[in-house]
Amino acid sequence: MSISLLLLVVAVIGAVGYFIGSWRANALAGGKLSSLHSRPGYYGSFVALWAILPAVVVVFVWVIASPIYVNSTIRAGFPEEVKAEPQATQNLNYNMISAIARGFKVLTAEEREALFKDGAAARDVLASKGVPVAAEPAPYMLKSADDLNRMTNTSSTLLSILAIVVATAGAFLSYRSIAPKFRARNRVEGMMLVGLIAASSIAILTTVGIVASMFTEAVHFFNMVPAWEFFFGTVWDPRFAAAGATASAGQFGLIPLLAGTLYIGFVAMLVAVPVGLFAAIYMSEYASRHVRSVAKPLLEVLAGIPTIVYGFFALVTVGPFLRDISAQLNGLVTGNYSNFIQAQSVLTAGFVMGIMLIPYVSSLSDDIITAVPRALRDGSLGLGATRSETIKRVILPAALPGIVGALLMTASRAVGETMIVVLAAGVAARMQLNPFEPMTTVTVKIVNQLTGDLEFTSPQTLVAFALGITLFFITLCLNIYALYIVRKYREQYE
Amino acid sequence: MNMMSEAAVEKALDKKMNDISYKMIGKDVSVYYGEKRALYDVNLNVRENTVTALIGPSGCGKSTFLRTLNRMNDTIDGCRVTGRITLDTDDIYDPNIDVVELRARVGMVFQKPNPFPKSIYENVAYGPRIHGLAKSKSDMDAIVEKSLQKAGLWNEVKDRLHEGGTGLSGGQQQRLCIARAVAVSPEVILMDEPCSALDPIATAKVEELIHELRANFTIVIVTHSMQQAARVSQRTAMFHLGNLVEENDTDKMFTNPDDQRTQDYIMGRFG
Amino acid sequence: MSQVSTSPSMATLGVSAKPERRDIGLRRRYAAERRFRLFGMAAIAFGLLFLFLLLFSVVSKGYTAFQQSMITIPVEFSEQVIDKNNERATNPQKLVSANYPVVARNALAKVLGVAEDDRAGLKAVNGMISDSVRTQFRDMVVANPAIIGTTQTVTFLAHGDLDSAFKGQIDLSVAENNRKISDKQVGWMNTLVESGALSKHFNTGLFVNGASSRPEAAGLGVAVVGSLYMMLIVLVLSLPIGVAASIYLEEFAPKNRFTDLIEVNINNLAAVPSIVYGLLGLAVFVNFAGFPRSAALVGGLVLTLMTLPTIIIATRAALKAVPPSIRSAALGLGASKMQTVFHHVLPLAMPGILTGTIIGLAHALGETAPLLLIGMVAFVADIPGTPLDPSTALPVQIYMWANEAERAFVERTSGAIMVLLIFLILMNVGAILLRRRFERRW
Repeated sequence: MSISLLLLVVAVIGAVGYFIGSWRANALAGGKLSSLHSRPGYYGSFVALWAILPAVVVVFVWVIASPIYVNSTIRAGFPEEVKAEPQATQNLNYNMISAIARGFKVLTAEEREALFKDGAAARDVLASKGVPVAAEPAPYMLKSADDLNRMTNTSSTLLSILAIVVATAGAFLSYRSIAPKFRARNRVEGMMLVGLIAASSIAILTTVGIVASMFTEAVHFFNMVPAWEFFFGTVWDPRFAAAGATASAGQFGLIPLLAGTLYIGFVAMLVAVPVGLFAAIYMSEYASRHVRSVAKPLLEVLAGIPTIVYGFFALVTVGPFLRDISAQLNGLVTGNYSNFIQAQSVLTAGFVMGIMLIPYVSSLSDDIITAVPRALRDGSLGLGATRSETIKRVILPAALPGIVGALLMTASRAVGETMIVVLAAGVAARMQLNPFEPMTTVTVKIVNQLTGDLEFTSPQTLVAFALGITLFFITLCLNIYALYIVRKYREQYE
Repeated sequence: MNMMSEAAVEKALDKKMNDISYKMIGKDVSVYYGEKRALYDVNLNVRENTVTALIGPSGCGKSTFLRTLNRMNDTIDGCRVTGRITLDTDDIYDPNIDVVELRARVGMVFQKPNPFPKSIYENVAYGPRIHGLAKSKSDMDAIVEKSLQKAGLWNEVKDRLHEGGTGLSGGQQQRLCIARAVAVSPEVILMDEPCSALDPIATAKVEELIHELRANFTIVIVTHSMQQAARVSQRTAMFHLGNLVEENDTDKMFTNPDDQRTQDYIMGRFG
Repeated sequence: MSQVSTSPSMATLGVSAKPERRDIGLRRRYAAERRFRLFGMAAIAFGLLFLFLLLFSVVSKGYTAFQQSMITIPVEFSEQVIDKNNERATNPQKLVSANYPVVARNALAKVLGVAEDDRAGLKAVNGMISDSVRTQFRDMVVANPAIIGTTQTVTFLAHGDLDSAFKGQIDLSVAENNRKISDKQVGWMNTLVESGALSKHFNTGLFVNGASSRPEAAGLGVAVVGSLYMMLIVLVLSLPIGVAASIYLEEFAPKNRFTDLIEVNINNLAAVPSIVYGLLGLAVFVNFAGFPRSAALVGGLVLTLMTLPTIIIATRAALKAVPPSIRSAALGLGASKMQTVFHHVLPLAMPGILTGTIIGLAHALGETAPLLLIGMVAFVADIPGTPLDPSTALPVQIYMWANEAERAFVERTSGAIMVLLIFLILMNVGAILLRRRFERRW
């Protein structure tokens, strides 16, 4: 019985449980529903939940555990000389066996018998049935494949029986406990609450997953490359290793990447902060309702545009424009029409990223500025201050902590931004100060190291996780600090 | 010599009548918030160096009228004022009148104490600083000290002028706001229920202060409490449903009002 | 002290004397005010200018992608070329591997009057035909071998360079050997246009084709289907989980260390760079759990984790906006807490929740970086049948095309961006309408 069919059967048992549960409750009440503790539906739900939940847990555990058991049994049955081979070869053999096992399922019994007599034809016969096998199978593989099929069949049968028994038993036992004074609603709601709690722990699990997964891979990396060489190295040159030659490690210096990340982020903030802040001030303090209702959503459209679109804009419009204009300028001044701004440069990436960040700065600051109580504004205006004096001398100082928090959040976005820099910043990991030259960032290198073939044993792949965990911690610190500031700020005015 | 002829008395009274000078004159003032009309053709004159109290049930338009006097209503979206209000001889809604200058002449104290999140000194110095009223640091120090003294706060805060203004008690904060308004040396001070957020002791202090300020300033105060109006004001105006019901000497108003509605309100029949 | 006003209407009233006017620096202060205001307007203008430039840049480069140049001519499916030795009865493979581009080339050469022995001429003719005729003609012939030896009028794709030239995207003033299309080909192009054989058609291929190294045959089909699978997965997983989590945190959770931790956690997860989710997906789903790389399933799971915090934050805000009086009313009638939440609070919060969900989905739809890491940068020609098959996604397809050197791909990339933006606009408009329709003020 397939898993989905099995789950369907369990669901049907649950549904039946629901009806007999409610029916039983109704019967016990004998037309006087008020004699029941809960409404009949809750008794039904109680039975249904007890029928379904334990059975689903059994299925879930079985589905995970059974292949592991089967796998190890089959491997234990490998001939001794195969067991002596490296793990990778054994994995390959196992994959072949499971391919053959899949093939067996489409053969008739006679064909299978024929194969056992004449193993040499196995590959062709299977290929003709649309099941490709990597190499000519060794004789023991046919037997193992047969075992594999038998074991999975047995496992599936056992699971079906077990799940149905558990479901029926759950339904029966819970049905037995139905009595007028039985607090079915409280029980059902208790189970619902457990479900709600489980859903909210997914947030925690995600964080744990992020940290744990990146940490383990990063530790593998640091076993191959010393941590101080990574964190304090000034050269990034992770030569791609020849296949299998894990020893030929390149240099994995984080510093040039970090420098590029911070430099580009700095340029972006240089664009985004004044523009975003002034836009927010204008929106919240000057703009008429009509202007605000048009301009504000339009600016927010900038935040809704995917970053890949900004990257493309930088790549085909802004970059070439800056390159050409620099050539023109150079020509006007020196007569030499060569460009001094590269199409891919810190400036291009930073500028476009700055545009992307404008709506973040403006909407975060807008929230902060409007949180300044109206009374302060009135107090200042009532003394004869102009609007700009009120803003500069009362509102901005009062909102400063909140704005700093907002800017930190924006900065963390700039650090973690990927697609714009991938397309517009360049790939050369260099340490220099000229904003017209390309530099590269942490995120660009994560993408570069992980597109293409992956080898989870080589430092060239694993370094991405070391970069990732660095990035994660930088943004995490920025955000926690920013959230802390903003929270304090809000409490001040609540 | 110590006897005065009948005619002389008459003459003296006449002179007194003629001496009444009006600081602000409101003529046919109406206020609209969008479609909604909040004030109906109010005619109310504010006498110089007098405390005028505006009373009436909540939502009657008394605060709205107060805010028209220094054009604070301008800061509210969709608010429109018609009619004519003059300060001395100037029509304050005339396009040539500058609202900043107007507010420097007509200061305002709000319902809830709203000190800026700055030091006590900076709170008081804020107005003089933006208007450029102090020529030097010592000038400014003098203005701050004088204003705090006028607000009766000097003795309480003189040792902690550079601590935050928000750290003061509610009553002190409100007196700080009054000092802040006084520091600009306005001609008129508008007070919008200045004691509604204060406890009785703080209220008494502020009322005492209002009494003293009368010597130098013309004061218009909106109040919820009729006792307060009776205690601090010389003239009282009663508003109801956006109309000015009656304006009279405070004594007369509370003993023998001309209008039945005023009587009912003072007797506590509505409000 | 008192003075009678000159104003006639005030004549009866004594008006106080106007004190001497103080200098409060108005001129200087108003100049500063105007300057400040101008900065504000300039900032907004700057933002809007770049929004406009960005959209203009995309649309001006991309609107032509929705049309494609096609050649419609009589094509002789010559037995000579396709199956010279008449082997097709015994060897069906013959029809699959036949040299169909030559069929198309000969047909076009005939129309243009190029001699069969003019090798250079034939090569130039070949340069006007898309290589995709190979599959197009093959499918025609395999489906109906009877057409061999007959002449059919067929519409097929012109070469990408011809397409660009026809759309006026190639600067013909450049020296001939520096551009991709020769003068002779331009001449032929004009002949074909005059005879009506070359014309622009609506580009259905853009929406149904998969990856191709030929720009004129490359399409978004795989990407659209892949994105659709992922959006379904995100919706199905993140909406119920997000709502359940929010209900617990907002309505049931006691205020203690643990819930505080979850709270801080969710806020931080919303700000974690998306690329980090890609690393998580790669390490956990692909490397550890062994899900296939490049599959929409993995992409959907990664985007679900990424979208969850957004949905939780939006849902909590929506739940918070339901006034406590509703809860008190239900509890006061003897409803349990759970009944109160599910019967009263949740339905009232639903518009807000759905709006937040749509916005979260729109965000997920445009996300690229994590998908690059889990291997969705793949050359996938066939539409994926299930979420487990290799596939790409709209933004990833844009990324791949943006990296292509050929001019015709810039047009296609911009076209793809327009398709993506249209999807996003539709989703956001949906969210806005939903909010308008059900907005409730308490």
